[in-house]
Amino acid sequence: MTPTLPMLSPSVPALRSEFSTAIERHLVSSGQTVVVVNRDRSHDVLAWLKDSPGQEFNYLTDVTAVDYRDPERPLEVVYQLRSLGRKADLRVKVALDKRQPLEVRSVYDLWRGADWLEREVYDMFGVTFVGHPDLRRILMWETYAEGYPLRKDFPLRGHFSRAEQTRQALAANPEAHYSLEEMSIAETYGELPKAVRERLAKGERGFLK
Amino acid sequence: MGLVNPSSENRADEVTTVSSISPNWVTTRLDFLTNWARANSLWPMPFGTACCAIEYMATAASRFDIARFGMERQSFSPRQADVLICAGRLPFKLAPVIRRIWDQMPQPKWSISMGACASTGGIFDNYSMVQGIDTIIPVDVYVPGCPPRPEGLMYGIMLLQKKIKGETIADDQLRVEKLVGPSGLFLPPERVDELSEPFGNSVQQTRSG
Repeated sequence: MTPTLPMLSPSVPALRSEFSTAIERHLVSSGQTVVVVNRDRSHDVLAWLKDSPGQEFNYLTDVTAVDYRDPERPLEVVYQLRSLGRKADLRVKVALDKRQPLEVRSVYDLWRGADWLEREVYDMFGVTFVGHPDLRRILMWETYAEGYPLRKDFPLRGHFSRAEQTRQALAANPEAHYSLEEMSIAETYGELPKAVRERLAKGERGFLK
Repeated sequence: MGLVNPSSENRADEVTTVSSISPNWVTTRLDFLTNWARANSLWPMPFGTACCAIEYMATAASRFDIARFGMERQSFSPRQADVLICAGRLPFKLAPVIRRIWDQMPQPKWSISMGACASTGGIFDNYSMVQGIDTIIPVDVYVPGCPPRPEGLMYGIMLLQKKIKGETIADDQLRVEKLVGPSGLFLPPERVDELSEPFGNSVQQTRSG
């Protein structure tokens, strides 16, 4: 049996004719098509891929980012798209120059599933998703002050001493950073003891201020 | 009238402490009775965060059956628990949680650090992981293993029972709560650094001060 040749996704010629210069380059890697898109047009391209007939990438599998060891290379935000109806995949990348603010338009309005995925990329890489309704840390706690752990310039054990890390972790007051809905106590909040209500209201992001 | 009985002069200052009457026959017999009762009805508070919790569940289930040690009642409320079993790695994000659970447990209380990660950080010598829960709460028994087999945990439980049977009410420091102090830690920062030191072929860690 002869090995099958890498197949270029038919979405690429369609994207090239639709967006021309916004499509920076494309390649086929391990049989999967990767398209690199200009940062300023990324939202238009992704919206077109989601909604136009013949594309219908209606499922956002993942949003992640890649920071390369070479400091000259841009940081890449990766969107892995899936068309459930057509059974087709497409990987879209947006290259962000590290000398400029790491910003890209949020795709929350296209796929609601982007909510936590973009929060994770923000938490780990420090990419700001413009237009995201609730962009805050999701894996690390909200007062985490050491930076963005998956950046290549981040030391494996963090910047601070272990004692300082432990002190900051113990001072985190986790309840203060969740909404009442997240803690499923919105309806019973009024019946909580006074001390508990005060503790909930305390903290940097105390939602009752 | 001017005479004062020297033996009754300082009577108000005389406080009959347990340590002043110990060790004698009564306290040692009382110790034996209380320790026998405590050691054989330890109610565990399971704090399962990772694969060690699977082994913990196996230990609690019928084949190994820690009910034989008086531990059949899993206490999912810290207020009714005697021994905190941290089964699994503890991320910094969970540090305030386990600390609060420990503070909520009434005396007498003990803790078991189950597995390599809970005891030392294990393979997770990185930015997100507590390097041994003894930097967060006091630990009585460390159970090695990755994860420990149920036999290992049961041996740890038996060691804890042995330790409890050696306790005496004459030790007035035994039941003193080791709270988080003004420094935000319950150990001196240098001690936390020392406990969290990298080992093996690891590289430099930022130190306090």
